[in-house]
Amino acid sequence: MSWLDTFQSAAGNDGQQSALVSELFAIFLAVTALFFVAVMIFLIWAILRRRRGEGESREPALRRLLVGWVGLISLTLAGLTLATWLYDRGLARAAATPALEIEVTANQWWWDVRYADDDANWIFRTANELHLPAGVPAHITLRSNDVIHSFWVPNLAGKQDMIPGREADISIRPLRRGVYRAQCAEFCGLQHARMALDVTVESPADFIAWRAAALKPAAAPVGGSAQAGQAIVTGRQCASCHSIAGTPASGQVAPDLTHFASRRTIAAGTLPMSRANIAAWIADPQAVKPGNNMPKVPLTPAELAAVTAYLETLK
Amino acid sequence: MSSPFRADPPSLPAGRGRGWVRLRKKRRSPFPSPSPRRGEGRERGFGVCDLSPAAEPPHPDPLPLGERGKGAGPSGTAVRRYGPIVALLLIPLLLAACHRETRDYKSDALKASDRGAAFEGNAFHIAQGQRLFGWMNCAGCHSHGGGGMGPPLMDDEWRYGGSMGEIAATILDGRPNGMPSFRSRITEDQAWQLAAFVRALSAQPRQDVLPSRGDEPRNTEPMTLDERKPIRPATPKQDDSSEE
Repeated sequence: MSWLDTFQSAAGNDGQQSALVSELFAIFLAVTALFFVAVMIFLIWAILRRRRGEGESREPALRRLLVGWVGLISLTLAGLTLATWLYDRGLARAAATPALEIEVTANQWWWDVRYADDDANWIFRTANELHLPAGVPAHITLRSNDVIHSFWVPNLAGKQDMIPGREADISIRPLRRGVYRAQCAEFCGLQHARMALDVTVESPADFIAWRAAALKPAAAPVGGSAQAGQAIVTGRQCASCHSIAGTPASGQVAPDLTHFASRRTIAAGTLPMSRANIAAWIADPQAVKPGNNMPKVPLTPAELAAVTAYLETLK
Repeated sequence: MSSPFRADPPSLPAGRGRGWVRLRKKRRSPFPSPSPRRGEGRERGFGVCDLSPAAEPPHPDPLPLGERGKGAGPSGTAVRRYGPIVALLLIPLLLAACHRETRDYKSDALKASDRGAAFEGNAFHIAQGQRLFGWMNCAGCHSHGGGGMGPPLMDDEWRYGGSMGEIAATILDGRPNGMPSFRSRITEDQAWQLAAFVRALSAQPRQDVLPSRGDEPRNTEPMTLDERKPIRPATPKQDDSSEE
């Protein structure tokens, strides 16, 4: 599957939350369609029965019909309000018993993802990817480090704004397995469009396997080029901002790179993961995604090849 | 102090209030009055923002409501006649202000003949410097400019020089008595961005590129209102144990 094959649909039924909202939308669509048809019928009827010639004709039957019509509209609007309230309660109920705690922090322009747990052995960080087990309600705490962002997985749930200095949350219970594209839904600067998040919904068994792999520190590189690359990454500018578990690189202001090569994309959905793209990204990040906070680190071609070789081993 | 936030409320001569003052006369002020009676032990008010009745002169004849849209006398027709021309003339001024927001993502400033001026004259570089100041934990030693384990950065005293070049060299190569080298930690243009922000802490860059708001809560005035401090070499120390 290519990285472009992923789809987005705000009318999807892939999560319990989006299914509820889709249902409510269907009710609204049906009711309003019925009324639209009724209004059109009345309009055509009125045009056909238009007054011919002079004289005034008052029809008490028409008056009764109008009063009934207004009553019908009021009752239907009250019914739709009640339905909205009931579905809103349903959304709240769906979020009542989370089995998974995740913290997502938005930055210009990437997502910092932290799987939280009471037991520190189960805590780990990743970036620009979110893995969720199907059928399990997950509670996601949302924060922002710089400007207002908005967390939106169209297929699974609605939007939730992330405001700096405040904490918001959203609950998601995905129903169907698949890879969904989430994105920032609030204009947050120059690269707002390139702020995507890969959401992978998998079976609980697959999720547990993925989590076990994500909890492991990065494997030591084998081979001269990759080892040289590790020395550069941990000894040079990279380590000031990025962290790689199991190495001295422990910067906290840029995406975690521990299992970088296992992700599907580079730079929050900007480039598909490939050797050429890793090299292109490091060679000049400002040419690929102008304005992002990754500087162009001066590297010789041999150093660039070594760093690329090392990053490729971070599966 | 020359700061407008500390200044006393502007006092208009009685009976000569401008139009907007007159229109607001009868309304309740949204701000609480700093002192109930005029001229009696008045404390410092809200400065230029003070629209409280106590700060306004008494005015005997408020403009009738019907006159509002018609403008106050001959100045109203002048606005109508010359308004579009003035607005047109203001457009270049607005565009000139956009220059402040110019962003230099590719760090062309690094190639400029006067690197220091190129970095220091750009609001984007100063803002990025402020970000790096937090990320690289400069505050760990220098606090947010006030100094701690390291010397303060917002005063007028510079141990190793206060020019852009000298500060960038201090950051990249370190200095004796504790300043570490950041050459292998940040890139060269990041060091220049940091130097520009360090100079902004004592209001050295042009006022229109200074950040009006810091990333951290602080109890000092906005940098844009700060006075540019002179640059003096550090005075020889009498006592080695002193912080300065």
